[in-house]
Amino acid sequence: MRRWTTFLLVLWLPLSAMAGEARPVAEDPVLEQRMIALSEDLRCLVCQNESLAGSRADLAQDLRQEIREQMRAGKSDQEVIAYLTQRYGDFVLYKPPLKPLTWLLWFGPFVLLIGAAGGLYAYLKRRTSRLADDSLSEEEKKRVTDLLANNGNK
Amino acid sequence: MKRFLIPLGIFIVLVGFLAVGLKLDPREVPSPLIGKPAPDFNLPLLSDPARHLSPADLRGKVWLFNVWASWCTSCRQEHETLLEISRQGNLPIYGMDYKDQPADALAVLGSMGNPYVETVVDLDGRVGINYGVYGVPESYLIDKNGIIRFKFTGPLSREGFDKKILPLVKELQK
Repeated sequence: MRRWTTFLLVLWLPLSAMAGEARPVAEDPVLEQRMIALSEDLRCLVCQNESLAGSRADLAQDLRQEIREQMRAGKSDQEVIAYLTQRYGDFVLYKPPLKPLTWLLWFGPFVLLIGAAGGLYAYLKRRTSRLADDSLSEEEKKRVTDLLANNGNK
Repeated sequence: MKRFLIPLGIFIVLVGFLAVGLKLDPREVPSPLIGKPAPDFNLPLLSDPARHLSPADLRGKVWLFNVWASWCTSCRQEHETLLEISRQGNLPIYGMDYKDQPADALAVLGSMGNPYVETVVDLDGRVGINYGVYGVPESYLIDKNGIIRFKFTGPLSREGFDKKILPLVKELQK
């Protein structure tokens, strides 16, 4: 009888294994997606080459939590970004806003491209005109025809 | 000869840019809070959690707001400087214990000396976020009207304080 009781008790053992199931990351997967999408475009201030979404720094976790809470409170993405830039500056944005201070950043490459294309155009034009000027004088033309006519006979 | 001048000129300009870039500190993020009112808070004191302190209580004085923590090793580095500043008595220093165990913070102040008039406790780092704290220690100079005038990130050195902060303190105290 005692053996049977032990056997029955042992049968119950696997049930306790069900207790430690992983909890979902967030209660609201849609909100979590939105938070991650937004924080991928934001810089973590502690590890500056990491995004806020990817960083494991303490501050990044706090800020993700803050973003989560603000989104839950119904704030729009713009409002959350404004909240962060008011505190940490434009530095948190991987896409800097267009304003006089960042004009060079945004338009500089195009200015360089146009400048380089202009330079190339000017250079090619000068070269072709120089090549065109290299026409032969009358005397040289005569020598050429003479040489061609006497080709092979010295 | 002339054809070498242009590449040489470009090279010199490039070296100039790189030389300046080498001296810039990427960890120094300009704070958008300079010239703006110090974000409000009402936090319990480390010395007596029943009492609270808010920036509004400090209107009329120029004060240094130093964010620190017992777990922060570079805060120990600036501790001596803070003690010297507080001994001179020109500038009151208020501390904020950032994401820390109050008992640990009290232990540090007990063993190393206390440069702070008062220290407030920011357990969850919420006030820290409002101040744009991203790496302790950080120090903010706040004027008589509660406006942030200067922010320094990293451990304060005596020379750094005398050169960058002290002249501004004297001007603001006028």
